[in-house]
Amino acid sequence: MSLTLEPPIRQEFEYPAPAQTGAVIDRPLPLAERLWQYGALRKSLLLIVLALVWELAARWTNNDLLLPGFLQTARAFADGIASGELIEKVGLSLAVLVQGYAAGIAAAFVLTTLAVSTRIGRDLLETLVAMLNPLPAIALLPLAMLWFGLGKASLVFVIVHAVLWPLALGAYAGFQSVPETLRMAGRNYGLRGLRFVLQILIPAALPSIVAGLKIGWAFAWRTLIAAELVFGASSGKGGLGWYIFQNRNELYTDKVFAGLAAVILIGLLVDNVVFNVLERTTVRRWGMAK
Amino acid sequence: MAQPFQVVRPPAAVEPLLRAQDVTLEYRSGARTVRATDSVSFDVYKGDRFVLLGPSGCGKSSLLKAAGGFLAPAAGSITVNGARVTEPGPDRVAVFQEFDQLPPWKTVRQNVMFPLLASKRLKRKEAEERAAHWIGKVGLSRFADAYPHTLSGGMKQRVAIARALAMQPDILLMDEPFAALDALTRRNMQEELGLLWEETRFTLLFVTHSIEEALVLGNRILLLSPHPGRVRAEINSHQFGLHSGGSADFQATAQRIHGLLFGGSEPQAEPERIAL
Repeated sequence: MSLTLEPPIRQEFEYPAPAQTGAVIDRPLPLAERLWQYGALRKSLLLIVLALVWELAARWTNNDLLLPGFLQTARAFADGIASGELIEKVGLSLAVLVQGYAAGIAAAFVLTTLAVSTRIGRDLLETLVAMLNPLPAIALLPLAMLWFGLGKASLVFVIVHAVLWPLALGAYAGFQSVPETLRMAGRNYGLRGLRFVLQILIPAALPSIVAGLKIGWAFAWRTLIAAELVFGASSGKGGLGWYIFQNRNELYTDKVFAGLAAVILIGLLVDNVVFNVLERTTVRRWGMAK
Repeated sequence: MAQPFQVVRPPAAVEPLLRAQDVTLEYRSGARTVRATDSVSFDVYKGDRFVLLGPSGCGKSSLLKAAGGFLAPAAGSITVNGARVTEPGPDRVAVFQEFDQLPPWKTVRQNVMFPLLASKRLKRKEAEERAAHWIGKVGLSRFADAYPHTLSGGMKQRVAIARALAMQPDILLMDEPFAALDALTRRNMQEELGLLWEETRFTLLFVTHSIEEALVLGNRILLLSPHPGRVRAEINSHQFGLHSGGSADFQATAQRIHGLLFGGSEPQAEPERIAL
């Protein structure tokens, strides 16, 4: 049996406190890697590739009536903008959309406020969402036309339906997930009722509310275009959906594509500019979302 | 052994700031009602650092919530300055353990100003001045415009403390505010809270499950036994500070509390030492 200790006892050390040296602790990544970090750059590259594939496919089919190419569509789009026709249609569509969207948000606010303050309100919200959320807004259009006639009121009605349920569901889930300590802190300072909702619940639930707004926006936009395809004719002057439908009837396929491109572009613009800015200045700045 | 000290009885004229009388607290858990505390009474005087100490399930946090007005007693009453506590109010400001007590959408400065404005105590200008004062007191002046998610846990708790003290409440309620911090930060925070008290002599009701923290921070400790919470003892600890951690007297008192809480009358083989 050996007498050596295991582990051995070693000498103690004390070093002088390190002085601030000029050693580099963090350094930038190489340029190529930094550029690749930009999502917008990567996505633009993808778009260029897709446009190229489209143009090649169009040249290969060589049939303007069925598949106009990227360049032809771009020209039709530019003409539409230049003549003001496309801009006018987009303006008409957006005007209706904003009204329906705002009304939907207001209705969702009332419904969720009711739901967070009373149990019967909660039951009401859960039941209504379960019933009506799966119902496509466009399926209500025939009914809306019966009730409100062939006009803006019918469009607003179906847009409200498209916005209300996903937004109410998102906002309600957001309110539910507000931490108990934050609620207690708010009540501690004497916040009650509407002030409590406005100063604690809504900002705390903002990530879910913004998500609901985004889903609501997408639903509203596609519902509106679809609804315009159905009855733009009778209401006299239709919006973007009617522009697409009319040009298909007249076999201006390049204009149909230009109309579709406008639908997509506006969708992208709102998502990447409006909602992106909203998220950057609120929830991401506050560290509530990545 | 503990050195003898003279017990000074509060003169009859001095009324306690907070008086809990036979407080029984119950909470609903599914289909059952669970009794958290059973007929607990204690008095907190102005300038006290009163600690509620006990193991999990002794109802100490529930008592604090009841004092805050977040929980209504099933029996008994809690009064502050003679008025019965019925709802939360800015005269009793709470600091919780959880970091999410700070609204993440407000900067440090806005967080400290928030209760001053929400309770309509001060105008914006005065609230700004007072917030700056207290943010300086907790050493966060450089971070006044930072959002909470960029701060460390200890800094977040400092903001919560500054926010509470800026309100100049009658009584400050703290529910294990340092329990989620690492040991080194916790010790720093205990020291800073002690210094703040030296300076402003606020009244503190403090909940903890650490015997050492209770001895170091408090001047009077209410020991609670669990299931349901009942008063086991009320002892003095004003003679201990952060630097009495190693003293024999401190160890003996810690042992005594340990014995009272866990029933073991025989001295423990290994004294419980929580990192200090």
